[in-house]
Amino acid sequence: MSAGRGDERSAMGTAREQILARIRAATDATAGSAGSGGASGADVDAAYTALPRDYLRAHHDRDIADLFAERVADYRAVVERVPESGLVYAIARVLTDRSAEVAAVATPDAAAQPDGSESADGPDAPFVVPAGLPAEWLAELPASIALASDTPPLSAAELDQMAGVVTGCAVAIAETGTIILDHGPGQGRRALTLVPDFHLVIVRSDQVAADLADAFARLDPGRPHTLISGPSATSDIELIRVEGVHGPRNLHVLLVAPSR
Amino acid sequence: MTPPETAGQHAGPATAGPHPETVGQHPAAGGPHPGMPTYLGMPSFPVAARTAVADSQLRRNLAHATHTIRAKRAGAVGELADWQELRAAAKAIKDHTLANLDTYLIRLEENVTRAGGHVHWAQDAAEANAIVAGLVRAAGADRVVKVKSMATQETGLNEALAADGIGALETDLAELIVQLGHDLPSHILVPAIHRNRAEIREIFRREMPDAPDDLTDEPRMLAAAARSHLRQAFLSAKVGVSGANFAIAETGSLVVVESEGNGRMCVTLPQTLISVVGIEKILPTWRDLEVFLALLPRSSTAERMNPYTSVWTGVTPGDGPSDFHLVLLDNGRTTALADQVGRQALRCIRCSACLNVCPVYERVGGHAYGSPYPGPIGAIISPQLRGVTSEVDASLPYASTLCGACYDVCPVAINIPEALVYLRGKVVDAKRDKHLSPERAVFGVSGRVLRSPRLLAAAQRAGYLGGRLVGRSGRIRRLPPPLSAWTETRDAPAPPRESFRAWWARTRGTGR
Repeated sequence: MSAGRGDERSAMGTAREQILARIRAATDATAGSAGSGGASGADVDAAYTALPRDYLRAHHDRDIADLFAERVADYRAVVERVPESGLVYAIARVLTDRSAEVAAVATPDAAAQPDGSESADGPDAPFVVPAGLPAEWLAELPASIALASDTPPLSAAELDQMAGVVTGCAVAIAETGTIILDHGPGQGRRALTLVPDFHLVIVRSDQVAADLADAFARLDPGRPHTLISGPSATSDIELIRVEGVHGPRNLHVLLVAPSR
Repeated sequence: MTPPETAGQHAGPATAGPHPETVGQHPAAGGPHPGMPTYLGMPSFPVAARTAVADSQLRRNLAHATHTIRAKRAGAVGELADWQELRAAAKAIKDHTLANLDTYLIRLEENVTRAGGHVHWAQDAAEANAIVAGLVRAAGADRVVKVKSMATQETGLNEALAADGIGALETDLAELIVQLGHDLPSHILVPAIHRNRAEIREIFRREMPDAPDDLTDEPRMLAAAARSHLRQAFLSAKVGVSGANFAIAETGSLVVVESEGNGRMCVTLPQTLISVVGIEKILPTWRDLEVFLALLPRSSTAERMNPYTSVWTGVTPGDGPSDFHLVLLDNGRTTALADQVGRQALRCIRCSACLNVCPVYERVGGHAYGSPYPGPIGAIISPQLRGVTSEVDASLPYASTLCGACYDVCPVAINIPEALVYLRGKVVDAKRDKHLSPERAVFGVSGRVLRSPRLLAAAQRAGYLGGRLVGRSGRIRRLPPPLSAWTETRDAPAPPRESFRAWWARTRGTGR
């Protein structure tokens, strides 16, 4: 394809110019009150600023942390409210429970064994922990919980073997029960919260925005973002929402209230 | 996926499950047709509809699904007191963007490029498919994972790639059902809406080699089967192909709205990502997401928010693909843009709310529309992108009762009934020069008769006598050709014994 590259590029240039020319012909011909094809950038920006935005900036005046917790739960995610002082213990408990689940699934007949030692001989799949996660969050983990670092980066296949992932978040939206990751420190690159089947996410109540408008204003558009509203789901069978397809099937949210 | 050639020739899925190397045996799509594929040989809407309406299983499946989602959508929309204001803002933003599309596309191109992405422009489907195929080959891959995208259905990308020896694996659950079922999509959002859970179970058991033996028709179990079926393909994919719901001019960001996580897989794990995006998908600023992400999930899946939305801007070192290509697609959109009435169809955000409320779609399903875009919105998009020359496209503006339910639910306030009536006019204009239709002859004669009171009175007397010959019990069930075109699909009342004007003249005096 290297030989044809120059041709292809000039053909692409032609396509670009032709499309733009057709757009200008179309918008010039129909230019009315709504703007015109020949408008300058400043004119366009002025027209944009004048567009009507009579919708509400926020839909609720109640406690938005409560609202967020309710709405996350509506998606059949597990959501718990914990005081700041209880966070490390909650994290330890949630990861221990998840570990036991993974072990039980890995050895499905363990429950039938007379000694009932299902978790003892299960594989101790680690939880992946992104760089920048506050170390104190993991201070109370029992020794049986293994952790994995993503430095150097784990392969997708390795991520698939993890028991789960623990992260913070950038912003949350109360109105829609949405958690937004910007994949900064403590959140990991996008694959980390995608491939493992269990995601524990810690949301501080001051990260909860009332509504979409407030949430998007807090974000840096240059970063990659993932908006998460409940566990992976589909409505593709009879238009009924069912949880559990390709993303993490288990979403566990700890909503942390600041200590007073 | 959507074969661009005759539906009946579609012997197998273009890219079945984990065996994309089996593709390429099908007649190539990249033939002379550069634009959006018509399902060639597709009969006109009324002909296709007759078959569909006779399929009682199909009607049950459609009625169940559309009624479920209708009620849920009403609830999700009713929660927001400012729905109409959001809708008005969305309409205004889209109209403004379309009126200044050149400015915003150039901004988008600059910002994607600045963020490390590459921008390509495609005038039609053939150009877009060739660009994608070239990029896949350059990446050294012979298969791609795809997240459901209307733009690539419109261009027939999978079939074009297959002709080039590249396998395209659809990863959306409904698309997978369609692929495995050797079927065509019938809904914008839920392409397998015409299948119920029992049928899906049968398709999986028949076509998915790794389906568990004890697979039931429990939706949760069907979803789990799809998860394990596609897992390996995701983890090893080198190239991902997506569309985008929105492209933000101000920042160069692309947005993919989805539920399952297959979209996240496709835009995150491969080294190369290619996004094919219609030029009308653009939004001016980042802030506009606060409007469109409020409208889209509630309108489409009736959720406050869909499970996953991915947003990326060019490439981010150490996170996601290192090679990102945006293919901007015209393919008839600039033609629609030049049309004052038709242009509003370019506001569409592909939510499919109009399909779910449409009394015609509910009974007929999506296949009869002969296009990747079915339902009311399809009836105004397809004839604009493809022209009204084919039988199916000329019939689509009539595939509606004009009840207006589609307009009521449209989150960007597209006046679909208005556009349908307008396009009917275009269809009539296109036919006018060719031949004298019975319809035109009738209207020509009617014009003369209605202008003359004497001719009208004579016609009314004649109508009564004629009606007595063919009408029993006050109804006319069958008229001779060419009037049979009217009575084929409805009864006509027999003309009354006496017209109003005759009755008035008889009872109130002298006539005039």
